[in-house]
Amino acid sequence: MQRMPQSDIPFLLRPIARLGDRTIYVLRDLGRMGVFLMFGVAGVFKHPFRFREVVKQLGFIGAGSMAVIFFTAISSGMVLGLQGYYSLHKFGAEGMLGSAVSLTLIMELGPVLTALMVTGRAGSAMCAEIGIMRISEQIDALECMAIDPFRYLISPKFLAALISVPLLTAMFDVVGIFGGYLAGVKLMGVNSGAFFSSMQQSVTNHDIRLGIVKSFVFGLLFVWICTGRGYFVQKIRGAGFGAESVSRVTTQAVVIASISVLIFDYLITAVML
Amino acid sequence: MTITQTADNAEAVIRFIEVTKTFPGHEGRNVVLNRVSFTIPKGRTTVIAGGSGQGKSVTLKLVLGLMRPDSGRILVDGQDVASLRRRELEQLRTKFGVLFQGAALFDSLTVFENVALPLRERTRMSDEEIRKQVAATLEQLELLGHEDKFPAQLSGGMKKRVGLARALQLDPEILLFDEPTTGLDPLMTNDIYRLFARTRQELGYTAVIVSHDIPKVFKLADQVILLNKGEVDVFASPGEIKYSTKPYIREFVEMTMNCEKTGATE
Ligand SMILES: Nc1ncnc2c1ncn2[C@@H]1O[C@H](COP(=O)(O)OP(=O)(O)OP(=O)(O)O)[C@@H](O)[C@H]1O
Ligand SMILES: [Mg+2]
Repeated sequence: MQRMPQSDIPFLLRPIARLGDRTIYVLRDLGRMGVFLMFGVAGVFKHPFRFREVVKQLGFIGAGSMAVIFFTAISSGMVLGLQGYYSLHKFGAEGMLGSAVSLTLIMELGPVLTALMVTGRAGSAMCAEIGIMRISEQIDALECMAIDPFRYLISPKFLAALISVPLLTAMFDVVGIFGGYLAGVKLMGVNSGAFFSSMQQSVTNHDIRLGIVKSFVFGLLFVWICTGRGYFVQKIRGAGFGAESVSRVTTQAVVIASISVLIFDYLITAVML
Repeated sequence: MTITQTADNAEAVIRFIEVTKTFPGHEGRNVVLNRVSFTIPKGRTTVIAGGSGQGKSVTLKLVLGLMRPDSGRILVDGQDVASLRRRELEQLRTKFGVLFQGAALFDSLTVFENVALPLRERTRMSDEEIRKQVAATLEQLELLGHEDKFPAQLSGGMKKRVGLARALQLDPEILLFDEPTTGLDPLMTNDIYRLFARTRQELGYTAVIVSHDIPKVFKLADQVILLNKGEVDVFASPGEIKYSTKPYIREFVEMTMNCEKTGATE
C-alpha cells in the first residue's frame, strides 16, 4: 500500500497521520499473522505428510531442549524449596512445602519457564532459518515448484512444537518437584512423608489440566510467532534488508513471543482458575 | 481459454496486457514496466534482453505471481495470474520450470537432494527411479561427483547448473530461465545452449530466457523482447532487430555486431 509523503500533510495533522499509518500497519500485520496461523495449522493435515521432517523437528525442539529444561527445572525447583521452607517455617507449616512447590510448578512455573526457554533456544533458530530462506528466494523457489511452503516447511514445526512443549513441561514439573524435594527434605530436613502427602492432597486434576492447557497454548504461540515473523521478514517495517533484517526480526520475534506467553499466562489463569 | 494468434500462428501462452509495475523510489516511484503489452508464443523460445535493472527479473516474477502488477493483466494460459486463488496458482505453477537469477538452491540440502526435491514432493516415483533420473540430469550438466556437496561448497557457475537441473526435473511446459549461463565459461555456455536446442526439439516446451549472452543466445531465439526504461520492443526474430531505428536499439545492434565479428564460437 502506498504511503503519502510526510511533506504533503499539514504540520499539525502529522501526528494523527502517523497514528493512522501505524494503526493500519499493525492491523495488516495482525491479519497476515492470522492467515499464517490458519495455513500453518491446516498444513499439518495436508498430504503428503512429512514424517521425517516432523521427527527431525521433534529432535530439535524436544530432545535438543531437554538439557536446558533439566537445569532450569532443577534450579528453580530447589529455589522454590528453599524459599518455600523459609516462608512456611515462619508459620510452622513446613509440612505444606510439597503442596506449595508442586502447585507453583504445575500451574505456573513449569509451563511458563519451559515456553520461555524453548522460545529462546528453538524459536530464535526457526525464525532465523525461515527468514534466511525468505530473503534468499528459497521460499519463492518452493512456491514455483508448486510445493506448499506451509506443508513443507512451517507445519512440521507447528506439529513438533505442539507435541514437544507439553512433554517438556511435564518433564519440567517432575524435575522441578524433585529439586524442591532435594532442597526441602534433604537439605532443610522437612519430613519426606509430609512433603509427598501434602502434594498428593492439594494437587487436583484441574490444576494439572490448567498446566497442560497452558503448555499447548504457549507451544502454539511461540512457534506461530517465531516462524511467522521469519516468513514475513520482508514485510516488517523498519527491519531493513538482508542479514540485518533477519537478525532484527529474530530478536523481535523472541521478545514478542516471550511477552505473549506471559500475557496469555495471566489470561488463561484468570479464565480457568 | 482465450486463444490468441501471434504473427507466426502460434498460440500465446503468456500475455502481458498494459502491465505497469513500479516500486517506491527516492523521488516518486521507480517505474519498471510502463503499460507494456506483449505475448509469448507457445512452443517457441523467447529471449528477454536489456540492460541491468531494466526489469527482466521482475517480468519473470510477475509471470509466476510472485509479484503483483500495479495495473494491467497478465494471462498465463488465459488465466489472470493476479486473480487466482492459492490452489489455482499452485496448479498453474506446476507448468513452470524456473531458474532464479541467484539459483535459489535450498542451502541445507545437498546437490542431489535439491535436484530430487521436486520429484520427491510432487511425483510418486520410487527412490531408485529418482536416483537414476537425477544422475542422468547431473551428468548432462557435468555435475556428477558433486551430488553430496552443499550449495555453500559450490562455485557460482555450479550453482547455476544445479538450479537448471532442478528446473528441468518435472518436464515443465514453460521454462523461465533468468540468466542461465551467467558465470559459466564459454565452453559450458555452448554446452548449455546445445542442451536447450536438443531438449526443445524433443520436448517442445515454451522457453523464456533472460540473457546478456548476446549474440549467442539469439541462435536459439524465435522471438526477442528488449526492455528499456519501462518500455518493451518485441521482434519476431533476432534478425529484425537490425532494422529498428530507435537509437538505443541501434546502439545495442552495434555492440552485438561487434561481438559477432570478434568471434562468438558455436
Ligand atoms: N523487491 C524489489 N523491491 C524494490 N525494487 C525492486 C525489487 N526488485 C526489483 N526492483 C527494482 O526493479 C528494477 C528492475 O529490477 P530487475 O531485477 O528486474 O532487473 P534486471 O533487468 O533483472 O537486471 P539484471 O540484469 O541486473 O538482473 C530495478 O530498478 C530494481 O531496483
Ligand atoms: Mg535480473
